Amino acid sequence: MTLQRGATLPSRTFGPISRTDIVRYQGASGDFNPIHHDEPFAQAAGFPTVFSVGMLQAGYLAAYCVDLLGPENVRRFRVRFHDQVWPGDVLTCSGSIADVEEPADGAGVLISLDLRVEREPGDVVASGSAVFAAASVRTAATSSA
Amino acid sequence: MGDQPGTIVARFEMTVELGKVREFARATQATHPHLVDAEAPPITPTFLMSAALWQPPDAPQPYEALGMELERLLHGEQEFEFFGPPPGVGRRLAVEVLIESIVEKRGRRGGVMRVGRIVTNFVDETGTLVARSRTTAIETEAL
Repeated sequence: MTLQRGATLPSRTFGPISRTDIVRYQGASGDFNPIHHDEPFAQAAGFPTVFSVGMLQAGYLAAYCVDLLGPENVRRFRVRFHDQVWPGDVLTCSGSIADVEEPADGAGVLISLDLRVEREPGDVVASGSAVFAAASVRTAATSSA
Repeated sequence: MGDQPGTIVARFEMTVELGKVREFARATQATHPHLVDAEAPPITPTFLMSAALWQPPDAPQPYEALGMELERLLHGEQEFEFFGPPPGVGRRLAVEVLIESIVEKRGRRGGVMRVGRIVTNFVDETGTLVARSRTTAIETEAL
């Protein structure tokens, strides 16, 4: 894996998302908003069926980048939601290196990522960014799962 | 109407537990060996959402403190900052949830939508702020 500005990270696919995936996430997180698992509730609110918790696909995106660059190295993770994710959707997480900085304090490198979750190419359901800190670019590149 | 900016919604403590860290990693399909095999793994960034499980039942949910209706609630953005390596299993964190801002905006259909920001601070046993999360919640226009 090359960690220089503009480099593309290897993409990773999640899903198809099942109702069980959604319920498992709701149990893990403690967010029991019924709109994500209670069919009559979701339909009464005007939706065709239940939809995924935004933080599930955000969690996949976070897992995607910490698996690549090391869970102890992450310093910031940010995600913005663009569209709902439905049972059966297949999601692809991808990213690129937005910047590699070497702060003057000599404490190491800061690697900034641009991230996205797509259902189909161009159909972005969530986008985000992250910053990882490492002793060196080589250290970060070998942090991969 | 909800509470004003700066209002503290809830204060409580949470412990970073091995089973919960592993459960969360599994639910989000994180597979890094430091998460799955280590005896004291660090959390993954979005694990901080599970602080909700430690909130006392009588404390309002953040969307309730913002005065938002559940049926019209959307999650707009979410951010996590770590001021060093993310806390690991065994850490005891003091959690403070507060309202950062709430603004009204004109929606596409001419109604009023509201955008609220909730900040959650996580302070470790030594009094150090180790992490901060920020939730942007959107209440869509009434139909």
